[in-house]
Amino acid sequence: MIAYILKRLLYAVPIALSVTVISFVLVFLAPGDPLNAIAPADAPEEVITALKSAYGLDKPVPVQYGLWLWRALQGDLGTSIASGRAVAGEVMSAVGNTFLLAGLAAGVGVTLGCILGALAGYRSGGWIDRFASTLSVIGVSIPHYWLGLVLTIVFSIWLGWFPAMGAGPGGSEAWEWNWEHFRYLILPALTMAVIPLGIITRTVRALVADMLEQEFVVALRARGLSGRAVFQHIAKNTAPTVLAVAGLQIGYLMGGSILVETVFAWPGTGFLLNTAIFQRDIPLLQGTLLVLCLIFVVLNLLVDILQPLIDPRMGR
Amino acid sequence: MKTYMELAPSAALTEEPPAAPPSRGYWGVVWQQLRRDPMAIAAGSVLLLIVIAAVFAPLLAPADPYKTSMIKRLLPVGSEGFLLGTDELGRDMISRLMYGGRISLLMGVVPVFAAFGIGTFIGILAGYVGGKVNMVIMRVLDVFYAFPSVLLAVAISGALGPGLSNSLLALTLVFVPQVVRVAESVTTQVRQLDYIEAARMSGASAFSIIRVHVLGNVLGPVFVYATGLLSVSMILASGLSFLGLGVKPPEPEWGLMLNTLRSAIYMNPWVAALPGVLIFLTSIAFNLLADSVRSAMDIRR
Repeated sequence: MIAYILKRLLYAVPIALSVTVISFVLVFLAPGDPLNAIAPADAPEEVITALKSAYGLDKPVPVQYGLWLWRALQGDLGTSIASGRAVAGEVMSAVGNTFLLAGLAAGVGVTLGCILGALAGYRSGGWIDRFASTLSVIGVSIPHYWLGLVLTIVFSIWLGWFPAMGAGPGGSEAWEWNWEHFRYLILPALTMAVIPLGIITRTVRALVADMLEQEFVVALRARGLSGRAVFQHIAKNTAPTVLAVAGLQIGYLMGGSILVETVFAWPGTGFLLNTAIFQRDIPLLQGTLLVLCLIFVVLNLLVDILQPLIDPRMGR
Repeated sequence: MKTYMELAPSAALTEEPPAAPPSRGYWGVVWQQLRRDPMAIAAGSVLLLIVIAAVFAPLLAPADPYKTSMIKRLLPVGSEGFLLGTDELGRDMISRLMYGGRISLLMGVVPVFAAFGIGTFIGILAGYVGGKVNMVIMRVLDVFYAFPSVLLAVAISGALGPGLSNSLLALTLVFVPQVVRVAESVTTQVRQLDYIEAARMSGASAFSIIRVHVLGNVLGPVFVYATGLLSVSMILASGLSFLGLGVKPPEPEWGLMLNTLRSAIYMNPWVAALPGVLIFLTSIAFNLLADSVRSAMDIRR
């Protein structure tokens, strides 16, 4: 087991390194000089040279990457061109907000998906099953940015229950744990929850329906075990797969939060990406990409390590 | 279109010369299976309607999709002369939705087709050659798996800059690694089968083995996988436009329309939500069709 964990950890190292390379190099795909965003087109030669050396752009790209990585390892992701603030600080507070959103969405989606999927699997062919499969098809087919707009129309314009935009009263971006702030989280999180809901429902339904037909479950029943005890066995055997799917979903939600964050003007990483892309703020784009991808790599790693640990077929 | 009666016997008995590739009969059975599936027919009809409306937009659209009118802004659904109302610049919604389907469908379908071609090629190459080549290709692709797909699409098209061709490129790059994985795993399995070994022994070139034996096995699973991607691609493509990374205004495109109409949700929510209805319909139809194709193609396995 320990050998497996070590091997998996070692395997994550080259992946993480490649992620840093891509996050850094991607911006050089763009045609044109990255300086265009900072310097006016008619800037004199000396100003351009000074700016180039200030941002380190006068060195060859591999050297720039090396310097960037070295500083990144020490927690310094450079300075945002748009705001003039440290990228690391901006990304960290945005990641917090995005995690709040993605975490709640995944929590709601996974919980509901497990309940619905289990019910559908137990009563496969019944009305709950048909309802669940309809819901999961809708969940994976709906453009969630549109669902966000529809929820805004219904719940904030017509009913007035929840605010349509922002992350707190008075446009504040700092999160606090109270109802006044939580109200802002509900609509975007519900919008996002649809994606894991559809996928988890589908997964759990298939697993449970499949398992009910397996010999060991039939044998448990034949031995006279109650429904509850059989359910415990099924839950234990379903858990590893659900954990794997749910873990990846949190990663996908965090990486894909840009669409929902744009709809609800949520001040998270998606908002930063938006700013970075449209203002061609290169350090901000590189830093946000790097942090989001590293989170995804770590989540993958955790899933791979935890999954065998809770699998009842392992270690007996 | 062939009728059911024509399809059944002809594939096996009458038309087919004995040396014809066996795949034709297989696809015939799949087609027949699909025609009996009510869900496939429903989804297919919805898609057909949307495609017809988009392709023949110049003939069918009641108005010019670019013609603005300051006094006719944001008319509600069902207004006289404007069946689905008008947008924030007074342009006819139904015409814009029809024309919008052209770019939206293109943006959704082209990356999947491109990834299908490129991914199958790379996947078969990696799987058939095997060894170090396989390892290098697959490890490089692992890196793409370290990016959540929405983030990868946004990052690439954001780095390249907004525009139709850049978003097509970005989406293709997102799908290629996934198709490669499917193609590679099937090829690796097939490569070790006895009849391919026999073909190699009897002096068949690698090219002809791949063309005759490998491709026939790989295309099915990859095709099923690619049909499943269509729905994802529609949502992602319109999502990129929604963010402003796809086509530029005043071009009609569903995602972009959804974005520019956002300011109208207070005045005229129904009109503002319309483009999303079409993205949703297309994507759900693609999904249901993909499910049907998947179960229709399982018949031989």
